Formats: sequence, structure tokens, C-alpha cells
Amino acid sequence: MHDVAVHDDSKGQYFWVWGALLLLTAIEVILAYNQVFQPVRMLEVLLVLSIIKSAFIIAYFMHLKFERALMRWMLVFSVSACFVIMYFFFFPDADRILQLGVK
Amino acid sequence: MADATIQHDVIAEHAAPGAYEAPLFGAYSKKVGMWLFLASDSLTFGALLFAFSYNRLSMAAWPTPFGKESIANATIMTACLLSSSLTMVLGVFAAQRHDRAWTRNWLLATMAFGTAFIVLHGMEWTKLIGEGLTLPGFPKIAGNGEYAAVSQAVPQFPACFFGLTAMHMLHVTIGVIYLGVVALRKKFLPILAVLWIGGYFLIPSDNVFHYGIHVLGLGLMLATVILFLKPKDYDAHDVEVSGLYWHFVDLVWMFIFPLVYLMSTKI
Repeated sequence: MHDVAVHDDSKGQYFWVWGALLLLTAIEVILAYNQVFQPVRMLEVLLVLSIIKSAFIIAYFMHLKFERALMRWMLVFSVSACFVIMYFFFFPDADRILQLGVK
Repeated sequence: MADATIQHDVIAEHAAPGAYEAPLFGAYSKKVGMWLFLASDSLTFGALLFAFSYNRLSMAAWPTPFGKESIANATIMTACLLSSSLTMVLGVFAAQRHDRAWTRNWLLATMAFGTAFIVLHGMEWTKLIGEGLTLPGFPKIAGNGEYAAVSQAVPQFPACFFGLTAMHMLHVTIGVIYLGVVALRKKFLPILAVLWIGGYFLIPSDNVFHYGIHVLGLGLMLATVILFLKPKDYDAHDVEVSGLYWHFVDLVWMFIFPLVYLMSTKI
């Protein structure tokens, strides 16, 4: 494992990432525009596509892919853990309200 | 980009024992500081996105007011932000090869894309408010469009929509000012002043941006204090750190666009 950031400086890969991000955005819009899935499945699909897009942005545009392993894992793990905790606080309650039929 | 990372061994070799401590993350402190800020800011946006999703799930009759025009507009805004991230990366490359002219040009291109995003978003907001979507804390517009009924039936929708998108628009505006300071330094101050004063007098008083434009005034004051109290020639590290902030703004929009717009389409 390399502790010190070492990476390819070629600009070409950033144009590829930009193209991939535009393509993924186009796929999202087409899926939503044609309402291909039911709402809950649509939400899941769109979130997965958004996570892929954000991974591209963080890894390449923000260069986290090229930072030290310690920095990469500390940031990704801590922020992800906070989101998981938030999820377990928020959504069971939202689901409970739906089950109760509160308007 | 090799100079962006501090070489652990080099520091250890040249430092007297106890004089320096090798950086934990192998990165210079400004970059680590920005990453920590972005980690905390991501939780702010995370809370807002969770709140939006919470309301979306808990309301069975969630409105779907975004038609073809709004989706097309939001798609163009997304393309603007994605393109701005590419120009920002090219600006960082130019800064690292000490090409001042192209650093400035790429930063200005990034600012142009960011400004286009803000203008398009502002037009979208103005249209929605004009058609009756109530902005919390802002005097109601006497619109009788279909959105007036939405505001009455589900007040959580305009509250969540405007709260989330306003927070993001504020971040984009701060980002444009930040890049302007890095790219043009003190030359940016009169430009910002003209935009602020001009915007205030040109935008009608019944438009929310007549008041929102004062963000530029606050940015002007802050930028003036920074540029006069600590004048410096911003280097490649400063450009890279400003780029981190800018990409984060882009990153957040990648979640707002599908959650807010694509999940509320009215085709």
C-alpha cells in the first residue's frame, strides 16, 4: 500500500469523468421523464446513480483517490457513519407516521 | 499535483527532533482544514436532505409540481455545475504549472458556470413564487396559479424546497465570491460592489432576490477584510483548496437534483 499520494496527472481522465457524469445525469432524467419505475424503486435507482456520481466527483475532481489511505478512510468512514445514524433516527419515524395514517 | 502532498520523509529528514510533527494525513494543513469543514457541511446538507425525504415519505399526497420546463431547466443547471467542476480541475492544473493567465481564465470560466446556475435557479424560483408557491417568511404574492393550492394543502413542500435549495444557492454564491477573490484578488472588490448595488436597484422590490442580493454585500465586506488584512498572492495550494469547496457544491447538487426535482415530476 502506498501511504503517499501518487497518481496519474493526465487531463484526459477528467474529461472522461465529466462525460460519465453527464451521461449518468441524462440516464436519470430519461428514467424520471418516462417514469420507468414505481416511486420507491425510482428513488432507490436515482439514489444509487447519485452515489455513483458523487463517488466520481470525490475520487477524481476532489482528488481523494490520490490522498493517503488514512485520510481517505477517515473521511469516508466518519461521514458515512453519521449518515447511517441519521437514517436510523429519521426513517423509522416517517414510516411509523405512514402506518398510523396521520395526515 | 505531486506538490499538493507533503512528503513525510522529506519533513522528517530536514526537521530538528521535536521541531516539526509529520502531518497525520500527509497533506498541508489548509487542505485538511477544508476537508474537515466539508465533512461537517455535508452533515448540514445531509440533515436537510433527510428532512426533505422524511416529509416526502410521511406525506401521502406529496405534490409533484415540476413539469417539463422545470426539469429541462434543472438539467441545464446540473450540466452547468458539472462543467464548472471540469474547468475548476483545469484551473488547478494551470496553477500547479504556475501559469497565472490560464489559472485566472479557468477560474473565471468556473465562476461563469456558477453564475449561470444561480441565474437559472433564480428564474425558476421567481416563476414558482409568481405562480403561488409560498416562500416562508416572505410576503405572499397574489398569484392564483396551481401552486397556490399546493402551498395551502402541503405547506411542508415549499418550506422544504426553498429551505434546501436556498442553502445550496447560498453555497454556490459564496463559492463564486471565493473563486473571484482567488482569481482576481482586490480587482474583484469593485466588480462585486457593482453587482451588489446594480442588482439591488435593477431587481424589482417584489422579487425575493431584491433582498437576497445582499449576500453579495456581506461577501464584499468579508472579502475586503480578508484582502486588506492579509493580502497575499494566492498559490496552487489556495487554488486547490478553493476547488475542493467548489466540487463539494457540485456534489451536493447531485443529490438535490434527483431527490427534489426528478422525484416530483409532473410529466
